Amino acid sequence: MSVTALKDPPREARRSGSADVVRLKPAAARPSRWPGYAKSVAATVIPPLVVVLLLGLLWEILCSGAGATLPPPSRIWADSKDLILDPFFVAGPQDIGLGLRVLVSLQRVAVGFGLAAVVGVLMGAVIGQSVWAMRGLDPLFQMLRTVPPLAWLPLALAAFRDSNPSAIFVIFITAIWPIIINTAVGIRNIPQDYRNVALVLRLNPIEFFWKIMLPSAAPYIFTGLRIGIGLSWLAIVAAEMLTGGVGIGFFIWDAWNSSRLPDIIVALAYIGVVGFVLDRLVAGVGSIATRGTQAS
Amino acid sequence: MSAYLELSQIGKTFTRGSATTEVLREISLDIAKGEYISIIGHSGCGKSTLLNIVAGLTSVTTGGVILDGKEVNAPGPDRAVVFQNHSLLPWLTVYDNVRLAVDKVFSGTRSRAERDAWTLHNLELVQMGHAKDKRPSEISGGMKQRVGIARALAMEPKVLLLDEPFGALDALTRAHLQDSVMQIHASLGNTILMITHDVDEAVLLSDRIVMMTNGPSARIGEVLDVSLPRPRKRLELVANPTYLKAREAVLKFLHERHRFVEAA
Repeated sequence: MSVTALKDPPREARRSGSADVVRLKPAAARPSRWPGYAKSVAATVIPPLVVVLLLGLLWEILCSGAGATLPPPSRIWADSKDLILDPFFVAGPQDIGLGLRVLVSLQRVAVGFGLAAVVGVLMGAVIGQSVWAMRGLDPLFQMLRTVPPLAWLPLALAAFRDSNPSAIFVIFITAIWPIIINTAVGIRNIPQDYRNVALVLRLNPIEFFWKIMLPSAAPYIFTGLRIGIGLSWLAIVAAEMLTGGVGIGFFIWDAWNSSRLPDIIVALAYIGVVGFVLDRLVAGVGSIATRGTQAS
Repeated sequence: MSAYLELSQIGKTFTRGSATTEVLREISLDIAKGEYISIIGHSGCGKSTLLNIVAGLTSVTTGGVILDGKEVNAPGPDRAVVFQNHSLLPWLTVYDNVRLAVDKVFSGTRSRAERDAWTLHNLELVQMGHAKDKRPSEISGGMKQRVGIARALAMEPKVLLLDEPFGALDALTRAHLQDSVMQIHASLGNTILMITHDVDEAVLLSDRIVMMTNGPSARIGEVLDVSLPRPRKRLELVANPTYLKAREAVLKFLHERHRFVEAA
């Protein structure tokens, strides 16, 4: 379940082209027009931009033919310019900008994921501490976590009799498993040394939880949270397609029903960007919170 | 001699499935207040198990540990341990590592300012006051071990338990730390129980050296009094006949009579 591979794209790629072998003088001797950071920003931004442009061009060519079923970028721009340019317009109770729709979805995710994080870490801590709880519950969790998010929706609708709590429940139940499992693994991997320190100091369970467990298991917990937030975002879009409302998921379904394909593609881009930002956000919080937790 | 710390008929048997291994048999030892005792033996002879029993981290199968008139069978700050691999919490600074122990032990008896001063005092004692805001990953192995010692000392333990405290250090750093521990022992008069496998270290530091036979079923083979006057100076001892004799006795015990037999 490692996520480290997702981190930092290879920033050193640009070096491969330069003729390092023949240049004996240090580079600093040459007056540089570009400050160092501008160069590195350009090096990370330009390659993806080029790729996006090339793909867009390819797409335009492929979908411009007479028999094309999907709209090319030019038509998306022509048809859905208002959605792209103004994410926050309000033209009526059901006719609002995509940015606002995303916010509605994010609100649901925040509640569901927040609950999942708190409950998941606490349950993971209990399970990680107790061998018997682990043995008893682990098979159950391994089974439940493979249940697709939407399979929970009918049950949730039956139980809550309302779409909004049902959608939140689906988020919760989707995100909680990786959080529980990763936290439990993190707790089980607390070095015996730290446990001995806690024993000698006679830390009580609450002190042990705050001072040893959480910091020691933090890298694992944040791995779980990061997987969880990704799954939440996957699930909310699907859940909203079925439950309705004003979320981004329902927007896609609505657009499909009224054959507005360009709108769907714009919405997909929104979902992708927001999912990416969410992942980076949790990863960023994680790297700040787990600073210094690695033993040397 | 009045026993301050008494190990009485300690036996320890590990059971794994149907197989039982007797690690320690009938270990009895009386330690006076302020004494510096080393336990030496080949690896695998159960000396770390013995220390863990005194610390309360491992339970005895038979016998018991009596400290200052009371039986002890659970870990506590009255028997502070300096672990071999320092065991500092990497997410806390040097200061906070010691402060955690100080807060836990003295939360009811000393004010916040007193605890702060006591933390700094103990860091100064091991000459680590300058690095109080560093994290363990930013200081060297010897410095970490100093902080580990400061943390243990700060608990004002009745007995200080050192589990091969200098084992992971290079020879020069080890010598520095040994000198520091000798100074602290001289000024504070702690009762110290140290596990070691270094003969010179044992002779230099200890009042008595407890030599253990090879496991399984390890026993106390011999107890050697080191009657060198304190303060001891490393360099002056190099040619001291008492020192050499003690050293020879330990070496003979370890390498002639109880030579380490490779188990696997």
